[in-house]
Amino acid sequence: MMLFEVPFLLVIMLVSLGLGALGALLAWQKDELAHLWGSLTAAIGSAAAILTGASVLSSGEVFSWEAPTSFLLLHLALKIDTLAAFFLIIIGTIALLATIYGVSYLRQFYGHYRLSSFLFFYNIFVGSLFLVITAEQALYFLLVWEIMSLSSYFLVIFEHREDANRRAGLKYFVMTHVATTFISLMFLTLYAATGSLRFADFTAGAAVLPVGVASVVFLLALLGFGTKAGVIPLHIWLPDAHPAAPASISALMSGVMIKTGIFMLLRVCFEWLPIGPVWWGVVVLMLGALSSLLGVLYALAEHDIKRLLAYHSVENIGIILLGMGSGLIFVSLGQPALALVGLLGALYHTMNHAIFKTLLFFGAGAVVSATGTKNMEEYGGLIKRMPYTAGFFLVGCLAISGIVPFNGFASEWLIFQSLFAGLGGSSSLLQGSFILAIAALAFTGGLAAACFVKAFGVTFLARPRSVASERAVEAKGPMVASMSVLAALCLALGVWPSRVVVVLQRVASVWPQFTSDALAVAPNMITVREGFGGLSMWPVFVGLVAAVAVGAVMTGIVSRRQRVRLGATWNCGTPLTPRMEMSATAFSRSLIIMWRGVLRSTKQTEVEYLDAQMRYFARSRTVTMELLNIYSHFLYRPAARLLFRLSHQTKRIQSGNVNMYLLYIFVTLCALLLWATA
Amino acid sequence: MGDGVIPMSLFIGILQWLLVPALSPLVVGTVRKIKARLQNRQGAPIWQPYRQLWKLWHKDEVISTDASWIFRAAPYIVFGVTLVLGATIPVFQQEALLPAAGDFLVIIYLLSLSTFWLALAGLDVGSPFGGLGASREMTMTALTEGSLLFSLLTVALATKTTHISTMIERLPDLAPVTFIPLFIAFIAFCVALLAENKRYPFDNPATHLELTMIHEAMILEYSGKRLALLEWAAANKLIFFLWLGTTLFWPSAGLVIALIKVAVLAAGVALLESSSAKLRYFRLPDVLWMAWLLGVAAVVLLAL
Repeated sequence: MMLFEVPFLLVIMLVSLGLGALGALLAWQKDELAHLWGSLTAAIGSAAAILTGASVLSSGEVFSWEAPTSFLLLHLALKIDTLAAFFLIIIGTIALLATIYGVSYLRQFYGHYRLSSFLFFYNIFVGSLFLVITAEQALYFLLVWEIMSLSSYFLVIFEHREDANRRAGLKYFVMTHVATTFISLMFLTLYAATGSLRFADFTAGAAVLPVGVASVVFLLALLGFGTKAGVIPLHIWLPDAHPAAPASISALMSGVMIKTGIFMLLRVCFEWLPIGPVWWGVVVLMLGALSSLLGVLYALAEHDIKRLLAYHSVENIGIILLGMGSGLIFVSLGQPALALVGLLGALYHTMNHAIFKTLLFFGAGAVVSATGTKNMEEYGGLIKRMPYTAGFFLVGCLAISGIVPFNGFASEWLIFQSLFAGLGGSSSLLQGSFILAIAALAFTGGLAAACFVKAFGVTFLARPRSVASERAVEAKGPMVASMSVLAALCLALGVWPSRVVVVLQRVASVWPQFTSDALAVAPNMITVREGFGGLSMWPVFVGLVAAVAVGAVMTGIVSRRQRVRLGATWNCGTPLTPRMEMSATAFSRSLIIMWRGVLRSTKQTEVEYLDAQMRYFARSRTVTMELLNIYSHFLYRPAARLLFRLSHQTKRIQSGNVNMYLLYIFVTLCALLLWATA
Repeated sequence: MGDGVIPMSLFIGILQWLLVPALSPLVVGTVRKIKARLQNRQGAPIWQPYRQLWKLWHKDEVISTDASWIFRAAPYIVFGVTLVLGATIPVFQQEALLPAAGDFLVIIYLLSLSTFWLALAGLDVGSPFGGLGASREMTMTALTEGSLLFSLLTVALATKTTHISTMIERLPDLAPVTFIPLFIAFIAFCVALLAENKRYPFDNPATHLELTMIHEAMILEYSGKRLALLEWAAANKLIFFLWLGTTLFWPSAGLVIALIKVAVLAAGVALLESSSAKLRYFRLPDVLWMAWLLGVAAVVLLAL
């Protein structure tokens, strides 16, 4: 028995979002009306999606609906099982909070850009996200996937007068269609193998799929959905597209849209494909290790706050892939109980990342609109001007660094435990992969903490470094409210992980082959592998609060007669200027130098002298520090050059000579006649 | 609930928890005394750190006008973390006061919490020294994670648990063939100990040259009661690491033997500080990478 009627809710959701898009478009010149109408309908649609997901998850019943269309191969087919319901809840929550955030965030665009087009594409984008998760037929899936990609493209280039945004949008457009190509190839392969375009038939035919075909499908899925998710080296669109979009869209894209890639990868690997060879899991594990480490290293080099957050999305997708990879390896080894631990860790981290990344992007959006710049070097001292934004942003920083007692730690603990389980095997190749994965996760945690000390410290602490930062004002009510909800979720999901794992076990029940032998959940205690590891966060949280209180009380008693005076920061007697503070570039410079083999950092110094002949007194000195973009240098440019060379060779067919063209027609006709008669 | 108002195990648990902050200044004082003697000086008495904390608590505080609530709250959070860590150690009895925090991943990320806040406090005052200290601290911590995690992982794999109380309990029952991997892991742990506690060759705890400081630079602006809390927290962290190093890798045989082992390890730290020089900053990653590789070697050897 369902909590609410799912068909009724789905109709509300689709009608609301559809009317929202239409209404926003009709209110073409009226920014405020379109804003109000579009936000209202998006909020209703998101709420309906959350209720749908909650209803299916609580009852455990799968909801299906199908209708044929006038096109032979296209069936409108919906299926909501517990996995789709889980993702619906996540997407719905983030979309609802982004809509609330947008109520005051989007006001800055009144009169500058047309909000009616924004709300039109926004409603379509949110609707397409829900439809992608619930799609059940291949051609229909491609249709809604394409709608999702196109609507997000228009949202990315919303501030279209900036050149950088348009270029970012173009890169995103190209990469998302590269992804669609691989996904279409995957569906074609599956159609050739099973003879149907329905996902249910893919699942049914999984057992009889030959290993070679299954491996091809796996690789195509990894390439296609991996591009959408932002796996290295297919991530190049992420660091440009997320900063270009407005903050609520960056949050939606980073928190939710890239997770649709993870969602489909989960479906492909654990439902549509048979139990595969071990190298599948090893490839996913190594990609995860690479993405997480490289993502955080590139983030360290950034001083544009939104690019920094975009690279951290790459890092966290890497962490999710680590959990998935270990799950795949254990499935191949015939140990589904251990695979569940890794999978639950991946699902938990998907949810956690959606929450804290959205929180961080909201905070970054508030700061960018308050100061008018994305450059962290021009921030400073904002904690005194924007205390609430700073406080919630701090919670996001602590959560994403995986620090006790927030939610990032709980999911990383689960993934660590699943990786530890892999060290007990017999194959040295597997043990080596797991050791590399554990090392990657360990270093990523430390480097992410370093990066977020930098991000928070340089943005909010010390003295303002520009006039804009001196005049920044706190974000408005709806923005602060949406950030507060996310911050509270970060703490709640970290302090009560056992309750979350119970829900996740329900979500994972969509794959009946995974048993819970290796995982025991008691109130406030998660035990892995019969006592190998145990997690209990609530006592730790209470203990921490109590310890801080003990310290405060003790100090208050012992030092009760001592006073606090205010003075200036010690600077060896020199005047205190904002230039004395640590800058973002300087903070991470030592780490970049230490990792220069991987990052290929370069430093160029240009000096302009007063007298070019004597070259003694310098007039100006410019130092340029850059990172070589190894992906465009070693992968994409050579691929593009190869493509151009091939097309150049193919151009030879067009000789301009009519006789040659007649010869082509004649030869083709002869060949066809021979083939038809043979 | 049985006999009396407080059950015996809880009473002993509180007692052993209080032992950590009570003994930590003594350990610091002992290390300084040994260093002084090796340098042919008399040195301050080993009780001097207690007097120093008492003095700091009875001084007024000066707080920078640029500091925000992060600066004011950080010492309490850092000190609180060290108290929670102290509550995870079993000394007299197997049951620590807060066993939930005894998982070694929880310990590593609790340490990460204190490092995060200390670095933020260093950045908050906007001085070049605090910023530089924060940058160096986060860099060193990022690289130390590998050796710390892998050394503790070796013990976890050998004793088949990630909870430190259970690790200590099962350590005497291990096969002798695990001695070599555990010893290699112990060396990696010692490097991590020196790195986390900012001892030689990573940082000189007694330096007064701001441009070479790491930990001291972040707490440069602190004075009065907050500085007392931070000094005490650093001492707590040292005794915690010394305790872990002696009980997790070497089977214990009673409280007195354990205290003697801690004293021996502390003397080893003092000897190292008196006989070697601080390494140049960009040489430190080499030491940390080597420690990580030692940890990996220990794990691989154990799996064989």
